[in-house]
Amino acid sequence: MKSFRYLRAHSVEEATAAHAGRPGSRYLGGGTNLVDLMKMGVERPRTLIDVSGLPLDAVEELPDGSVRAGAAVRNSDLAAHPLVRDRYPVLAQALLSGASGQLRNAATTGGNLLQRTRCPYFQDLAKPCNKREPGTGCGAREGVHRDHAVLGHSPQCIATHPSDMAVALAALDAQVELHGAHGRRTVPAADFHRLPGDRPDLDTEIAPGELITGVRLPAATAGLPSAYRKARDRASYAFALASVAVVLDVDGSLVRDVRIAFGGLAHRPWRALRAERALVGGPVTEEAFGRAVDAELAAAEPLPDNAFKVPLARGIACDVLRRLSTAPTAA
Amino acid sequence: MGADVFHSEVPLTVNGEARRPTVDHRSTLLDVLREQLGLTGAKKGCDHGQCGACTVLVDGRRVNSCLLLAVSLEGREVITVEGLAPAGGDLHPLQRAFVDRDAFQCGYCTPGQICSAVGAIAEARAGRASHVTDPAADVGAPVELTRDEIRERLSGNICRCGAYPHIVEAVEDVTR
Ligand SMILES: Cc1cc2nc3c(=O)[nH]c(=O)nc-3n(C[C@H](O)[C@H](O)[C@H](O)COP(=O)(O)OP(=O)(O)OC[C@H]3O[C@@H](n4cnc5c(N)ncnc54)[C@H](O)[C@@H]3O)c2cc1C
Ligand code: SF4
Ligand code: FES
Ligand code: FES
Repeated sequence: MKSFRYLRAHSVEEATAAHAGRPGSRYLGGGTNLVDLMKMGVERPRTLIDVSGLPLDAVEELPDGSVRAGAAVRNSDLAAHPLVRDRYPVLAQALLSGASGQLRNAATTGGNLLQRTRCPYFQDLAKPCNKREPGTGCGAREGVHRDHAVLGHSPQCIATHPSDMAVALAALDAQVELHGAHGRRTVPAADFHRLPGDRPDLDTEIAPGELITGVRLPAATAGLPSAYRKARDRASYAFALASVAVVLDVDGSLVRDVRIAFGGLAHRPWRALRAERALVGGPVTEEAFGRAVDAELAAAEPLPDNAFKVPLARGIACDVLRRLSTAPTAA
Repeated sequence: MGADVFHSEVPLTVNGEARRPTVDHRSTLLDVLREQLGLTGAKKGCDHGQCGACTVLVDGRRVNSCLLLAVSLEGREVITVEGLAPAGGDLHPLQRAFVDRDAFQCGYCTPGQICSAVGAIAEARAGRASHVTDPAADVGAPVELTRDEIRERLSGNICRCGAYPHIVEAVEDVTR
């Protein structure tokens, strides 16, 4: 690892100014991804700007009924917060399905959103990877790609985004708050991560030097029945092969509203808009759920070794929809 | 070695004692504990957050010391397996239970398992849910540590010897 300078930021302005003034800067959250990538040589910052102690560590209700979680809130604290457990169970469940108790105690909201792919070629400097080093090729496409994308991938990159939390945020219509040299803006969580296209080096819509200050959970999805389901190779402490976040609003025997996002299938949380449109206003039946999910997954283009993800995703999505429509909290 | 742009002096408390190591910014807490402070209880298994052998408590919370930069810990309180029991006194109840239950073979994962269990028990008492807790359970009510709960909550600690059944029993002993 190359030597680097370390600065502790005390305010958002101080952090962004320090970043702007020092080429090769990286923000440091819990470090659980960044320090790992530095050990592997994938990240080589010249300066670390520690933002984990910024006063962005609160989870609070805003006057409009939305809930704001600061970027420095630890994943374990966000999952345990009564506002999250009561109103956004899908988010608590997604967080608790990720990583381990130790990692969740360190990982922050901001860092979780910006964690990099777990593609083994991305992590290995000796291998070609368009995400790590544009133009070198994609080692995974013709190599080991069992964990890789089945939706929205490009000839340049077939990686998936590993975050569970981000999938729940996409389904909840959350917003990501950003603070940069040109001021503040918010981006819908569902649009925050990108598809790879011909720029797989860009994971998200964040601009260089922009700081995530928090995420906003809207009043519109508060308190609706919701759940997260994750399929993985072992029962715990493993990344998703496929996962699904569902927020379902049922009116008698009809679907009033529904939001579905898949994880583990694409370069970003995959909001299943086609399935949602097919379901809204229609009947709450297993046939309808199956047809809608199939319509969404019809766009899948699996690779030789990951076609299993399509029926896996179908199975967990239909299961969560069915459970939420029968027993709101028991999914 | 003095402080410069790549090194800093970091005042912190380790097992109740005030320390002031000067650390290379690249050093993790694990490396500082083992190589600068002579505390070799926390183990280096994977060095990538994947095994839990390096688990210690920082401000009472369990974390992987292999992914935590020491320079970021100014003013924090670190407890390692060496600091769980008072010097010269009895073993910590979890240490006692691990011995009684023979909850190890090679013992390499044990300090991490024990520190992790200390943290996990505190989290459950504080009403923190886990992945296997019933989502309908009362928010904030202490969570009973069933075997499923113990397995899930300690999943961040890998035991290559496969001593899991006895580890679960040892933790159960302490929570009963
Ligand atoms: C063994 C292992 C298993 C894991 N399993 C899972 C899993 O199952 N599911 C899952 O979702 N995750 C999993 N993770 C990943 C874990 O969730 C992430 O490492 C963690 O969320 C990253 O958060 P952090 O605060 O530690 O980020 P850091 O490592 O500090 O930072 C990550 C990135 O975000 C940037 N950054 C940090 N904060 C900000 C900010 N406020 N504004 C702008 N940029 C910022 C950093 O510069 C860096 O580029 C696992 C990790 C490990 C090591
Ligand atoms: S899938 Fe993406 S991250 Fe993986 S090797 Fe190909 S370009 Fe790199
Ligand atoms: S050594 Fe830290 S988790 Fe393995
Ligand atoms: S006792 Fe050997 S690794 Fe756990």
